[in-house]
Amino acid sequence: MEIITLLIFISLTIALVFLGAFIWNMKSGQYDDTYGPSVRMLFEDKKKNPTDTKTLKK
Amino acid sequence: MEIADQRIAAKVNCYHCGLPCEEKVISLGDNSFCCTGCKTVYEILNENNLCEYYELDQKPGVSLRHVHEESYAYLDEPHVAKKILAFASDSFSRIQFSVPAIHCISCIWLLENLQRLNSGVIKSEVNFSRKQVTIDFSPAKVSLGAIARLLASLGYAPSVSLERQTAASPTNRGLITKLAIAGFCFGNIMLLSFPEYLGLDEADHQLKLVFSYLNLFLALPVILYSGQEYFSAAWRSYKQKLINIDVPIAVGLAALFLRSSYDILSHTGPGYLDSLSGLVFFLLIGRWFQSKTYDSLAFDRDYKSYFPLAINKKINDEWKPVLVYDLQKGDVIRVRNMEIIPADSYLNDAEAYIDYSFVTGESKPVYATEGDYIYGGGRLIGQPVEFIVEKKISQSHLTSLWNNDVFHKKDESHYKKIIDRTAQKFTWAVMGLSVITAMYWWLVVPTQMWLVFTAVLMVACPCALALAAPFTFGNMLRVFGRHGFYLKNADVIERLAAIDSVVFDKTGTVTYGASEIKLTGHLTNTELSWIKTLADTSTHPLSRLVSKSISSESLELVKSFSEVPSKGIQGIIANHAIKLGSSSFVGFEGEQNTKSKVYVSIDGIVRGYFNIETSIRSGMQTLLNKLSFKKIPIYLLSGDHSSEEERMKSIFPLDAKLHFDQTPLDKLHFVSNLQQNGFRVMMVGDGLNDSGALKQSDVGIAVTDDTGVFTPASDGILKGGQLQNLNQFIKLSKSAITILKIAFGVSFFYNTIALGFAVSGHLSPLIAAILMPISSVSVVGFSTLAVNWVARNQFKQKN
Repeated sequence: MEIITLLIFISLTIALVFLGAFIWNMKSGQYDDTYGPSVRMLFEDKKKNPTDTKTLKK
Repeated sequence: MEIADQRIAAKVNCYHCGLPCEEKVISLGDNSFCCTGCKTVYEILNENNLCEYYELDQKPGVSLRHVHEESYAYLDEPHVAKKILAFASDSFSRIQFSVPAIHCISCIWLLENLQRLNSGVIKSEVNFSRKQVTIDFSPAKVSLGAIARLLASLGYAPSVSLERQTAASPTNRGLITKLAIAGFCFGNIMLLSFPEYLGLDEADHQLKLVFSYLNLFLALPVILYSGQEYFSAAWRSYKQKLINIDVPIAVGLAALFLRSSYDILSHTGPGYLDSLSGLVFFLLIGRWFQSKTYDSLAFDRDYKSYFPLAINKKINDEWKPVLVYDLQKGDVIRVRNMEIIPADSYLNDAEAYIDYSFVTGESKPVYATEGDYIYGGGRLIGQPVEFIVEKKISQSHLTSLWNNDVFHKKDESHYKKIIDRTAQKFTWAVMGLSVITAMYWWLVVPTQMWLVFTAVLMVACPCALALAAPFTFGNMLRVFGRHGFYLKNADVIERLAAIDSVVFDKTGTVTYGASEIKLTGHLTNTELSWIKTLADTSTHPLSRLVSKSISSESLELVKSFSEVPSKGIQGIIANHAIKLGSSSFVGFEGEQNTKSKVYVSIDGIVRGYFNIETSIRSGMQTLLNKLSFKKIPIYLLSGDHSSEEERMKSIFPLDAKLHFDQTPLDKLHFVSNLQQNGFRVMMVGDGLNDSGALKQSDVGIAVTDDTGVFTPASDGILKGGQLQNLNQFIKLSKSAITILKIAFGVSFFYNTIALGFAVSGHLSPLIAAILMPISSVSVVGFSTLAVNWVARNQFKQKN
């Protein structure tokens, strides 16, 4: 049965790492704006194309 | 032909901002724009290949029609810039602007691509929920003022004031950390407690001990860190000789922890640590749910955020921007069109029109001549003029209102919340019960006395009770928010339910704040277009208003134009002599008094007049009738003179009392008088002149047509269009109180069951671990469902 004790300690340690990661994320402000990043990832990084500039878009 | 043009004009929507083009249509390529401002933004974006802006969201632009230009020149002064920059060095500076206009994906995209418009910008990032943009720039390449001007030219004018900059952004990160730790420990403790409940053999005694000690170790951060606030709050209320909900919670938590530690250390049982950590976790969820309100709205603004940051002052014959707080008596300042006059001062130019609607409630622009005393806070309309400062900003007529006591005392102490009243009775009942039980067991089985006593204290911990209010009011707060009524916090709902008299402000509340101009008399479209052309030639504020109200355009030119100061304008268009101005100027033989009427004559014949009017909000009369039907006394307090008394009387019920010529201080005293007579007063206002009354009242509501602009300190911000639903909101908050009371009932029901187990000495850890979460979940579920159901019925009924 000792193996269960060992496993529990290992699982707790891993869980603690994740808890630490969450707290670190929050302290660094990653949860301050929950809307912005969700749309920011959809923006395309368009290459600058100088010939396009003069055409009016519809 | 012109009529046909107008019909088309009414249907075309602006390509940039999506609003219907009212005044005129400007075409560029295939696209139409409602004003030159919108067209300019399009041109800037098009030139810089940023038209993706229009693809991300439907008509994302911010209308530039009602925007007044600000130069932001003061931002280039080093001592001003120093005050608001987040970071400054020679090669790199950081500024955080608050931009109320941010509203969609396109806004984020454009504001984060500023570096493509100006190479001085290094990086910009938007915080959508706070409506802020943080810009890193190199001060050698671009000035702070230029960045502000760039933002403003795109329709994202930053709002700059001293107060906003000093206020640190409030976050509830601390609370979330506590919640995260409590949740983590709760989960693990529950997992480690399961084997015990499922029945470990005696053979696994060793394992049992490991689990118990691990639980104890995991419970330490819960009680010492996450739940610590309940102990300090209970201690505070004990010192004030007040019992609130925190006291029984703290007692319950302490009992749970001490009893469990004793059980574990003495090897007599597994303890109740899963119940303890679950309790703290649920309580913190309630607290977090309640604290989630509206980040981007400010409910505590005073005059400081309404006044400009800086103003042009004459120093050695040069105009230099200085901070308005540094103004002294005798300083000469220059104020431009649509700028706010910062302090009480004398007019130093021939004439000026000043809009006091936000300050005194006067709905029509006031005409002032040289030497007139002008109150600070008015907005200048028209040509730039000079003023000589008479009083410092803090001692001016309007701002002296903030010296009143009502702005200095801590608020909301006079109102005892339902939850605290209930908790008080509850605490005494539990204390009594536990002592009686302890005495009984002391007589019967003395060894069991302490165990039963602690068990009673443990189950009496009013977790479900403490969750009822945050979830009932928190859900109601969200329902209100969906219908355009934003409350400062959930406690306001409780006060809202108790309201028994309502005080309205006139300008901006009952009527729209902005004046509009209406024509009396008959003129053809062609004639109107001539008048527009003539009025366009002049920069006088009334001419501008007249021009704005006419949509038909004319290609004719004005000949022999002349402007007679403070009289009117005249000119010849298409061989017709047209005069616009005062009654004596056009030769009208009727009433002489009014400054707010613009008469028109064509070829010497008076054809009618334009009158500045404020229109009454739609649904206002229905609302007033409904309130009066419910026997709620209604009052009107207007800073305006009584010229509109007849009009107000026609929409207010007969028993309503109307008061005119009220100063800001009068309004405050009126509300406090009502309160002394035992009324619970709701004040509905919009301007700075209502600030005192809003603060003094039990519930102060600021009405606004645009949540991005300044609203005075209040308990709630109501969108202008939703004002007609005010009585629905009051009704709903009353329902919330009923729901809360039922939820209390549910929670007491579970408490009684648990107490039954505790008193009879049968409270095992397993029973506690089942009862406690069930009671919390059912209270939370009940109040959430009930609030949404009631709200849906209420608003369905209306439609």
